[in-house]
Amino acid sequence: MPTTQPAMIELAAVSKWYTPQFQVLKDCTTSVSKGEVVVVCGPSGSGKSTLIKCVNALEPFQAGTIRVDGVNLSDPGTNLPKLRSRIGMVFQHFELFPHLRITENLCLAQEKVLGRSRDEAMTKGMALLERVGLKDHALKYPGQLSGGQQQRVAIARALAMDPIAMLFDEPTSALDPEMITEVLDVMVELAREGMTMMVVTHEMGFARKVAHRVIFMDHGEIIEDRAKDEFFSSPRSDRAQLFLSKILSH
Amino acid sequence: MNYNWNWGIFWEMNPEGSGTYLTLLLMGLRWTLATAALAAIIALTFGAIVGVIRTLPARWAVLAGDAWVEFFRNIPLLVQLFLWYFVVPELLPKAAGLWLKTLPNSSFWTGAIGIGLFMSSRVAEQVKAGIRSLPRGQAMAGTALGLTTAQTYRYVILPMAFRIILPPLTSELLNTVKNTSVALTIGLMELTARTRAMQEYSFQVFEAFTAATLIYLALNASLTFLMRRLEKAVAVPGYVAGK
Repeated sequence: MPTTQPAMIELAAVSKWYTPQFQVLKDCTTSVSKGEVVVVCGPSGSGKSTLIKCVNALEPFQAGTIRVDGVNLSDPGTNLPKLRSRIGMVFQHFELFPHLRITENLCLAQEKVLGRSRDEAMTKGMALLERVGLKDHALKYPGQLSGGQQQRVAIARALAMDPIAMLFDEPTSALDPEMITEVLDVMVELAREGMTMMVVTHEMGFARKVAHRVIFMDHGEIIEDRAKDEFFSSPRSDRAQLFLSKILSH
Repeated sequence: MNYNWNWGIFWEMNPEGSGTYLTLLLMGLRWTLATAALAAIIALTFGAIVGVIRTLPARWAVLAGDAWVEFFRNIPLLVQLFLWYFVVPELLPKAAGLWLKTLPNSSFWTGAIGIGLFMSSRVAEQVKAGIRSLPRGQAMAGTALGLTTAQTYRYVILPMAFRIILPPLTSELLNTVKNTSVALTIGLMELTARTRAMQEYSFQVFEAFTAATLIYLALNASLTFLMRRLEKAVAVPGYVAGK
């Protein structure tokens, strides 16, 4: 499947420096096809979160090109807010807007960015809330929900924009263990429906279940970029082997 | 100490012919309130704009905002009022300077604007601190949803930042009220000036300043009470600061 579909996200030789001495991303090249689920893993500080934030231009990068649905991010003519509104993003710390009710969190960008009416936005929002199992919490504030519930709302908020792809930046890392499953379940369902997904995560169970490809990063470099089964059965690099042995040993 | 206490003085006529001494003080209070209100509006408006500017990614904007804050907070308020009132009109083209000097209630306008700009530097400092206290992910989340920078500030950043800085903003509001007394040096007949006038007319210094003290105290206590009510009214259910 991955090879037959056109690339939705294309990264070519992307490099990023925080200072002239400190390079966080080194010549990262990869792509995500339409409908493909790609898991990005690696030790902390390996640049995987930075890489995924470059994909919707939340982080600037100094060299290389990124294209999303054929649109070059670095092209001065690119309307970045418009492009970002078509890419869903889910953060480690949820980042719901605390002063807005769940419904308002879901409607804000639909109304202000997509120009939908309140009714339209509410219909869409409520349908998605129902889908993530939180319809009863619609009128609450984020602070009144558990971490797992907040992250499911965050996923619904991103989906409300009808994204062409979804980016997940360690979506379960800030959650208590018993809440991880409820979030992963939503993501698995999304993957099975054919959503294009790029997921930074340490959840190898999720990767095994739905990923098509696994990218392994270390020190800002893409060390391995392979089909899921190959990656888990015979990682080529020592670093990936060491990483897998550490996180899979329990 | 030989002092003739006379608490009835407030109901005696003042020599200005404007009524009792109490009337005299209340006339002062009206100028104090008007000056504080206009100064607070200026301080909040410019403080919010400059505070936001100092958190923008553009370097020139940050520099301009920093310059504003350093200019208005590093010069004593008294000197600033003298600058606006006595020096600036002389530096302007002759006609403009004359217009300023002959403006009706010029000490009120100069005082309110001068105090407002002085306080705006302090408000800007707090607005900036409030914005900085929010997790960086909040702005990122707004941006990732496709909101523009202006929309992210309007709908995501500022509503929370202002909630967070409400308690210190209350202090600045009280400071604004208290600082209006400095405007007596440029001839504004506000509460403190009227109190001194009462002292000079009647020699009842203790009564006069007791009254002024109580009026300032009541005014600021009421403001504190109202601000606490506001804090409660806009409190976010379930939100724990720093979480």
